[in-house]
Amino acid sequence: MTIAPAGGGFARALDLVTRVRGVRGAMLVTGDDGLVVAEQLMEGIKGPAVAALAASVARRLGRAMETAGVGATLFWHLQAERGALLVVPAPSGLLVVAVAEPEVNVGLVRLELLRAAEGVG
Amino acid sequence: MLDEIKTLSSQLAQDPDSLVFLRLGELLRRKGQLEAAHRVALTGLERHPHLADAHDLYARVLADKRDYERAFDEWDMALRIAPTHVGALKGLAFLYFTVGDLAQAVAHLEAARRAAPDDPAIVQALAAVRGGGGAPATGAAAATEEVAAAPAAAAPLEEARVFAGLEGAQEGLLLLDPSGRVLGGGLKDPHGRDVTDAVAAYLAGVSQEAARTAKLLDFGAWTGLAAEGTIGHVHLTPPTGNALLLVVRDRSVPMGRLAILAQRAALAARRWLERQ
Repeated sequence: MTIAPAGGGFARALDLVTRVRGVRGAMLVTGDDGLVVAEQLMEGIKGPAVAALAASVARRLGRAMETAGVGATLFWHLQAERGALLVVPAPSGLLVVAVAEPEVNVGLVRLELLRAAEGVG
Repeated sequence: MLDEIKTLSSQLAQDPDSLVFLRLGELLRRKGQLEAAHRVALTGLERHPHLADAHDLYARVLADKRDYERAFDEWDMALRIAPTHVGALKGLAFLYFTVGDLAQAVAHLEAARRAAPDDPAIVQALAAVRGGGGAPATGAAAATEEVAAAPAAAAPLEEARVFAGLEGAQEGLLLLDPSGRVLGGGLKDPHGRDVTDAVAAYLAGVSQEAARTAKLLDFGAWTGLAAEGTIGHVHLTPPTGNALLLVVRDRSVPMGRLAILAQRAALAARRWLERQ
């Protein structure tokens, strides 16, 4: 697992998420431009590219949800055949992103993402 | 059985915190006394909210009463508490089978088999479900029901509602093509304004980025995107390779229940598309 240079607060926020069984990595990403602020990722995960795409999905999804009248996004979960991406926007505009295995406990990851978002908020 | 019910009822009356409610509720359920089973299960669950078996029992009763959405929630909760709970895995397999999602049914039965490798009934249910078109639906359902000790009969889905939504009724269902053109359904915001086209346009971009993200992570095809909002929840799923289905509900519908609603809607959408 690689750890990008980051403050202790960011590292502690990511620790909350990566300690959940089935989570392969976590990142803090700027919501506006999809840049990695801090990351704890298993080898082989392309952090910057995933960050950029996660931010792009978040922006588009946010617009769709606001337009549909369901309010601001609190949490989203992309499910795929062999994995999942789970994201919580922090009040600061950062996105807390988790990359996980398909059988991960989504409820638990969500809770830890929300805690991490509070921590970096 | 009647004697046992009396004995257990007496024990429970003497010690309301006892776990005998599990046995009593199951006996009442099997005897078809669903209202009594419901009361026993719900009271037990209120006293033991963190007991997976209590959620499992309540789910079985709900499933017998054909309240599949709440049964899904309860089995889902049981699995959150005990991720290898065999009863919950089999129950969810039954529900997925009921809505025609054989892949999920098999996946849950496989998980149940890993947790209880010596249970021959799970193997039987797996064979029946994997039999697909070769196995009569009632046979497969019965096999799944047998191992799950779940509902006595699978009710036909309320697809009319789903189809009504897809045909244009404003039920929070929207079916799109990959470029964001509306194929069916519609959406209104809380103020009653029609937002169908705007949401459709944004969603086309979401699905493209979701597919790119899944590919980049070597996750295979994306199967769904669930999102929680401050006012409501949405679930986006590709019912076929060339279509997108959005289900929108307010926050009173939990995310787990929304997922099963989306599964039902996706199945209906696939059938609807095949007929076009």
